[in-house]
Amino acid sequence: MSGFATLLYKELLRFWKVAFQTIVAPIVTALLYLLIFAHVLEGRVEVYPGVNYSAFLVPGLAMMSLLQNAFANSSSSLIQSKVTGNIVFLLLTPLTPWATFLAYVSAAVVRGVCVSVGVILGTLWLVQVPFERPLWALLFALAGGATLGALGIVAGLWAEKFDQMAAFQNFIIVPLTFLSGVFYSIHSLPPFWQAVSHWNPFFYLIDGFRYGFFGVSDVAPGRSLTIVVLCLAGLSLFTLHLFRTGYKLRH
Amino acid sequence: MIALMSQAIEVTEVRKRYGSVQALAGVSLTVERGEFFGLLGPNGAGKTTLISILAGLAHADAGTAKVAGHDVRADYQQARRALGVVPQELVFDPFFSVRETLRIQSGYFGLKHNDDWIDHLLERLDLQDKAQANMRALSGGMKRRVLVAQALVHRPPVIILDEPTAGVDVELRQALWVFIRELNTSGHTIVLTTHYLEEAEALCGRIAMLKQGRVVALDSTANLVRGLPGVHVRLRTKEDRLPPSLTASVSAHQPDGYVLSLPSCNEIEQALAALREDKIEIVEMEVLQADLEDVFVRMMNKATS
Repeated sequence: MSGFATLLYKELLRFWKVAFQTIVAPIVTALLYLLIFAHVLEGRVEVYPGVNYSAFLVPGLAMMSLLQNAFANSSSSLIQSKVTGNIVFLLLTPLTPWATFLAYVSAAVVRGVCVSVGVILGTLWLVQVPFERPLWALLFALAGGATLGALGIVAGLWAEKFDQMAAFQNFIIVPLTFLSGVFYSIHSLPPFWQAVSHWNPFFYLIDGFRYGFFGVSDVAPGRSLTIVVLCLAGLSLFTLHLFRTGYKLRH
Repeated sequence: MIALMSQAIEVTEVRKRYGSVQALAGVSLTVERGEFFGLLGPNGAGKTTLISILAGLAHADAGTAKVAGHDVRADYQQARRALGVVPQELVFDPFFSVRETLRIQSGYFGLKHNDDWIDHLLERLDLQDKAQANMRALSGGMKRRVLVAQALVHRPPVIILDEPTAGVDVELRQALWVFIRELNTSGHTIVLTTHYLEEAEALCGRIAMLKQGRVVALDSTANLVRGLPGVHVRLRTKEDRLPPSLTASVSAHQPDGYVLSLPSCNEIEQALAALREDKIEIVEMEVLQADLEDVFVRMMNKATS
């Protein structure tokens, strides 16, 4: 096994060993969201013509779970390794910054995709959701998982204690995902908040992913994907730079 | 080829500062291949900083460090392949079993089929019964053994042990030294830091002493001990007193007698003459051999003054 494959395997094994916490729990949370919001808002809101609210909600919830869990995977792995000190076993090896980065990001994508697939499968008995453009959905899922995986690395490297990590998650990741159009179309917002939403990269991930299901979106999917890929590229370069310089890893 | 011909460790004018603390103030030393080398010094002397720089855990502010001829920055991959480090802290990953831990560590070095060597390490470190046990379930001593196994999993030619026997029981300590000695005999270079100076004296062929980030002594263990000037004589007198002329030479007064520190062996005769003159009867007398601890204490005091 190469160093990259080993780190990827270790990261997968790490979350798989606690799958109830890392996979099952977020799926259950997303299903609860669906049950509650769908129950309250069903019949009152029709975001896209001919699409009921429950169906509209499913891809958004799946993507939100994907993003949050991709972030949680890389960030929690790094902060735990740093706090317990076992990060040293990685630092002593000849693993390149690229291999390290790719392994953490890939594991984050896998966990995110597992959770989102679980959410979609879990909703099958509740609501019928079309799947018009699966390739688009897949592209946005991979790009979203990778972006949040990379962001998780940045947070994991930056945070020195669990409190700082919780702040990053609760004050940056959660608001950005909740205010990205998971529960609504931004066309239902006042113009000012529509404009603000366009500065939230998570919005393009949710909107593009939803396009994969309904073939309808607020923004053209090609434009969303371009923005997402540019964000991912910039974030990846930044993360690689942190690994190369040993930011908060090597004194 | 470069790796075969070069020194195991080559450190040149390495400096490192943490904030206002100058951890290393220009350290230069080389360790030849196959040596058993000791790195001694009080807490805060810079031993762990030096090891961290060699292992790539810290970057030097100035100077160069090489492992098996490979620069630890420019050629970090080869340098790390050549180096195994047993860290001082008892760290472990609570998610994995002992065997998983060792397989993962092998994989980081690109080793695919390493189970034979892992089995050998488990057996030599008396861990074969614990191979499937989770790291959390192990005692401190066992975790320490796994740390040793992790450092050796890629068969590095150079092994650094940073206080590997701190808090370890006698039995494990002895077993560990037998194993490490064997590795040294089979050609591995060993660098050891320890606070147990008897261990260093018994094991290390050459020793560097660090104090406040500087090398204050660097020589073979024998030369260091031999080069210590003066002689110590322990003597017990029937009257439990000494002539006034000798009181200035007393370095310790213990229940089993006085310890006289004399400038050289020649002064022993004068001391005996003084005792005879005062009609003080000697009950017991012993010339004490200088040991590494004496050298250490002397070097540390000298460096301070």
